Amino acid sequence: MIELSINGKQQQFTGPLTVTQLVYQLALVGKRVAIERNGEIVPRSQFDQTPLCHGDQLEIVVAVGGG
Amino acid sequence: MVTSLKSSLLSAAAKPTHLDFMDNLIIAGKTYSSRLLVGTGKYQDFDQTRRAIEASGAEIVTVAIRRTNIGQNAGEPSLLDAVPPSRYTYLPNTAGCYSADDAIRTLRLARELLDGHDLVKLEVLGDPQTLYPNVVETLKAADILVKEGFKVMVYTSDDPIIAKQLEEIGCVAVMPLASLIGSGMGILNPWNLQIIIENAKVPVIVDAGVGTASDAAIAMELGCSGVLMNTAIAGARDPILMASAMKKAVEAGREAFLAGRMAKKLYSASPSSPTTGLIGK
Repeated sequence: MIELSINGKQQQFTGPLTVTQLVYQLALVGKRVAIERNGEIVPRSQFDQTPLCHGDQLEIVVAVGGG
Repeated sequence: MVTSLKSSLLSAAAKPTHLDFMDNLIIAGKTYSSRLLVGTGKYQDFDQTRRAIEASGAEIVTVAIRRTNIGQNAGEPSLLDAVPPSRYTYLPNTAGCYSADDAIRTLRLARELLDGHDLVKLEVLGDPQTLYPNVVETLKAADILVKEGFKVMVYTSDDPIIAKQLEEIGCVAVMPLASLIGSGMGILNPWNLQIIIENAKVPVIVDAGVGTASDAAIAMELGCSGVLMNTAIAGARDPILMASAMKKAVEAGREAFLAGRMAKKLYSASPSSPTTGLIGK
């Protein structure tokens, strides 16, 4: 099991896990999101090749209404 | 300076007859026909958002960047459907950021989210009560963002020195407040705005504090290049109608600025009707 912090909440997953697999497991496929891993942007083109490690801090964001 | 700006605009306006010329807003090399920029927050639902933005005629819309709700159904309606980025120029903002670091992180995420789109609205707030900008952190963030290739439209106070410094850093538009965010108090310091406009070589867009159509018209009459608002429209009893009013106010204010208003005087003793030919004399 690997534990990830996603948007400030701890969640456990069965490893190994790439960002693409995480997006699938979180039911975010097809949704326009951007992901930051430990303070660094993960480009969408690299979701497949980016493995996640125990303790990673992820921010997953979307565009919402705002002024 | 303002005189020379006005006269150059006036000569541009005077050559062809009246309004045949294109009086476009140019930001970072891109041309927009609307000088009204609107936010997408505080509406009842996405349908109201869509209709209000359509009525406003705005081409540039601000959006916020927020954590997604994990575990919510993927099919829920999205802002991107109501306000498609293919039709509008998105201006992701850093609302809610109180440090340069947070603002920079947010805009890097926004650029990734929007496929490399680099036109952004930087705002770094200083205080949750007033939402007044923290200009020290704003300057710091602007410097880094410009170096990273962002085209930064920057929200700031109405301090002419800070506005100039932000322009010198390389911001593509300077956006001083009319009054506090969401206050609807209108333009509190037209004199400072006038100094900012006089000194600026980039578009000056009044951002925040506009409450009603006359406020927007006054901003444009001062010579602002545009007006950015959200609450004034979304917080009106009828947001769609107010969006339409704001569109007209911005256009009217712009035309009045280009037309050049008459001088104010306490009285003139010069009636508009002929002084001769009066009956019985």
